[in-house]
Amino acid sequence: MTVFAFTFYLFAISTLIGGLFTVVSRNPVHSVLWLILAFLSSAGLFVMLGAEFVAMLLIIVYVGAVAVLFLFVVMMLDIDFAALKAEMTKYLPLALLIGVVIIMQLALALGVWGFADGVDGRLAAPSGDMDNTRALGLLIYDKYIMLFQLAGLILLVAMIGAIVLTLRHRVDVKRQNVMEQMSRDPAMAMELRDVKPGQGL
Amino acid sequence: MIGLEHYLTVAAALFVIGIFGLFLNRKNVIILLMSIELMLLAVNINLVAFSSYLGDLVGQVFTLFVLTVAAAEAAIGLAILVCFFRNRGTIDVEDVNVMKG
Repeated sequence: MTVFAFTFYLFAISTLIGGLFTVVSRNPVHSVLWLILAFLSSAGLFVMLGAEFVAMLLIIVYVGAVAVLFLFVVMMLDIDFAALKAEMTKYLPLALLIGVVIIMQLALALGVWGFADGVDGRLAAPSGDMDNTRALGLLIYDKYIMLFQLAGLILLVAMIGAIVLTLRHRVDVKRQNVMEQMSRDPAMAMELRDVKPGQGL
Repeated sequence: MIGLEHYLTVAAALFVIGIFGLFLNRKNVIILLMSIELMLLAVNINLVAFSSYLGDLVGQVFTLFVLTVAAAEAAIGLAILVCFFRNRGTIDVEDVNVMKG
């Protein structure tokens, strides 16, 4: 077994183990950590496939942003996760059944799958001497510029949506009201009272 | 060189693990979202593997967009989850039918 094959099997197995323990783990924090393992290993798979840019993007976006977001939410919410996990054994037979059925379907599909005629010539062709990031950049900023801009728009909408969903105005907290402060003038701010002797206000 | 089938097998197994997680954690929305991320990751592995073996970069461009949508979906999903938890005090999916008429 070559080093290349060994590295592939290492990354593949750790991806699958990470994925499996993500879904069966009792503690959600452990789930997130297993998810990070799955993402990192599949980034290794991407590097082996020659897609370095996507691999680094996977690490930055998934491990750096999404997984940390999951960790924040898991730790922020005060939930009794043991109660949620208690009924896991009830769903186990159904989940196993559906999993086995789908994996058999995928295996059947993979068994009869083959490349179409005329593709074999492209399989052997080298992918060019340009490095991955440069080639991808030429493609994204030229042919797929519209989709690229729309992806940015999706992220903007997601950002605004997340803020709108989680924003709440608490009434028990004193806040600065800028307009009220700026519209104050001495005539409104001060009141002159004529205090009678011996009576007070 | 590892054959394309090996990558496809890993992706298929990861996808099935994602579906397995969807059915196993029927109550915990956080794990459900993580399962969806796993399934999208399996799709990404497929796209990148085909892109690499066919020498066509379009697959990797699509992976970028899948990544974008997955990140946006996770952000929105978790925001809805936080909002729901504030209102109900639980993240049990069985309680989400409060908007039912």
